[in-house]
Amino acid sequence: MDTNKRFLVGVYDDDDEVMAAVKAVRSSGIKIHDVYTPFPVHGLDKAIGHPRTRIPMAAFMFGCLGLLTMFVFTLYTMAIDWPMNIGGKDFYAFPDFIPPMFEFTVLFTAFGMVFSFFITNGLWWGNKAVIFDLRSTDDKFVVAIDTSSNQKSEAEIEKALRDTGAIEVNVKEVIEEEA
Amino acid sequence: MSHVSAVVRPPLVTGGKSYHDITEDVCRQVEGKPTASWKIVFGISTIVLLLGTASVFWTWWDGLGNWGLNKTVGWAWDITNFVWWVGIGHAGTLISAILLLFRQKWRTSVNRAAEAMTIFAVICAASFILMHAGRAWLAYWCIPFPNTYGSLWVNFNSPLVWDVFAISTYFSVSCLFWYVGLIPDLATIRDRAKNKVSKYIYGLLSMGWNGNTKTWFRYEYVSLILAGISTPLVLSVHTIVSFDFATSVIPGWHTTIFPPYFVAGAIFSGFAMVNNLLLIIRWTFKLQDYITIEHIETMNKIITVTGSIVGIAYITEFFIAAYSGVEYETYAFINRAFGPYWWAYWAMMSCNVITPQFFWVRSIRRSITWTFALSVVVNIGMWFERFVIIVTSLHRDYIPSSWAMFSPTIIDIGDYVFTFGLFFFLFLLFAKYLPVINMAEVKGVMKSSSERFPYKVKPNTKKPGEHVTE
Repeated sequence: MDTNKRFLVGVYDDDDEVMAAVKAVRSSGIKIHDVYTPFPVHGLDKAIGHPRTRIPMAAFMFGCLGLLTMFVFTLYTMAIDWPMNIGGKDFYAFPDFIPPMFEFTVLFTAFGMVFSFFITNGLWWGNKAVIFDLRSTDDKFVVAIDTSSNQKSEAEIEKALRDTGAIEVNVKEVIEEEA
Repeated sequence: MSHVSAVVRPPLVTGGKSYHDITEDVCRQVEGKPTASWKIVFGISTIVLLLGTASVFWTWWDGLGNWGLNKTVGWAWDITNFVWWVGIGHAGTLISAILLLFRQKWRTSVNRAAEAMTIFAVICAASFILMHAGRAWLAYWCIPFPNTYGSLWVNFNSPLVWDVFAISTYFSVSCLFWYVGLIPDLATIRDRAKNKVSKYIYGLLSMGWNGNTKTWFRYEYVSLILAGISTPLVLSVHTIVSFDFATSVIPGWHTTIFPPYFVAGAIFSGFAMVNNLLLIIRWTFKLQDYITIEHIETMNKIITVTGSIVGIAYITEFFIAAYSGVEYETYAFINRAFGPYWWAYWAMMSCNVITPQFFWVRSIRRSITWTFALSVVVNIGMWFERFVIIVTSLHRDYIPSSWAMFSPTIIDIGDYVFTFGLFFFLFLLFAKYLPVINMAEVKGVMKSSSERFPYKVKPNTKKPGEHVTE
């Protein structure tokens, strides 16, 4: 399905301005598709109304999985599969296995979390970026508004963007499945 | 105003740079053709790498008998160089993880290059493990895998096995941390790219990043948690390296002070290496406005702190050896300072204990020449520290008839040279083809810490005694 979506793209010059703009535009009843910034603007996620991320929860789960994996593995190899007397220690010499258990916790947390992050945000090698304005990874702050999901007319939306300090308002058509 | 910082803090980005200037200044060397000086230095490091490769090849072909080891000194240059490189590889993650948790904004200009250095230093360290394996193609034996001998598993009670897990986790997590930080900057380069090849390569590496709010929001969480788990990780790595020695019964190794002492020493040498590399980078790529004298001074302060910790550890070790009344322990330390390897001991003491104390003087701390020279001296000293700990503790055994001396062979030296070639080969490739400064993070601290944006700290209009709510 190649139905194009029409977006109005407001380009801002400053992070504090775009923050105020997002709040103002939203309170005037216009639905914002997303905001694209060259660096993280703190508080923008709240202003745009995103819920809290569950990434820390995923990280914790992966950490637990790593710890459990190495616990079971050391238990199986050292105490069950082939117990050996090493320096008169217990077969399951728990304190000695803390370093590998710790390392596996960190390893699983890091990789599990980062790959969850990639997958939930649609980041993968070979994915094509949906770019509303090429300067949004350089020095411009870009607010994209989907005209079809808003009741207001394009002129009204453009006025709202201009009034809040947008230096340019452009029109961009994006193939639906990409957006 | 999204960020507020104290007026007393000097700016971290000078020269009135705008957001766009940062992109231009950092992308310039990535997008331009390689300069003549880069080609020359890259050529030299490639030659050094090839010469070293011949030496490593001979180590594997003809065996470890080519090293200067003997029955008494069974561990010498290989492990010295291994520990030295691993130590250097501690600064990057310290800067990117611990300083992130401490909200140190100066970290933003230096973390990318420091992390790259960390990764390459760990690769150099790992190459000594492969050399020491003798038959490098069997190095996978230190990984537990089901096999036809039982299965015969690795011994999880051994610190050497912990080391395998610690170093490989550290390496892979450092790479991941570095790569996640690179994605936004790779997207910047992709969006500026003029030719098809770089658009494709940087496009592939940046994974379709477009900087939308939700991605940035999660990205910040991911960085924070990676920093949180990397902090104990970086401390654990050199702790476990020190366990390689501390859990043995050799006088001079069997000490409980080793973990903090090794970690401090690692940070000490790592920062010295970061100083050296950054001074070259800021000069060749004209990044003086991003890596300012303030950055250099701050790193020198960390060198002084960690160097002093190392100095106290040396003295404590000596005191404990005497105080314990164990004659083997006492002898090991007297032999270090006044035995046949006295010169190595005193090289270590002067390079590591005296050198960092020069940085108490503000003008030395802020001098580029002094910083560069003293950082080199620190790394020489830290190499001698490992040599002293390893060789002088071993060479006079319990039985005087087996006392021996160690002298490196040409192959020992060649294997060490190999890692230098490898290190600079990789670092130069990084410096040319990837952004050496984290653009997105520097842009994020511009409002609070750059010259362009005047400090917008609200004047205190409250009456004395009134509660300040902000």
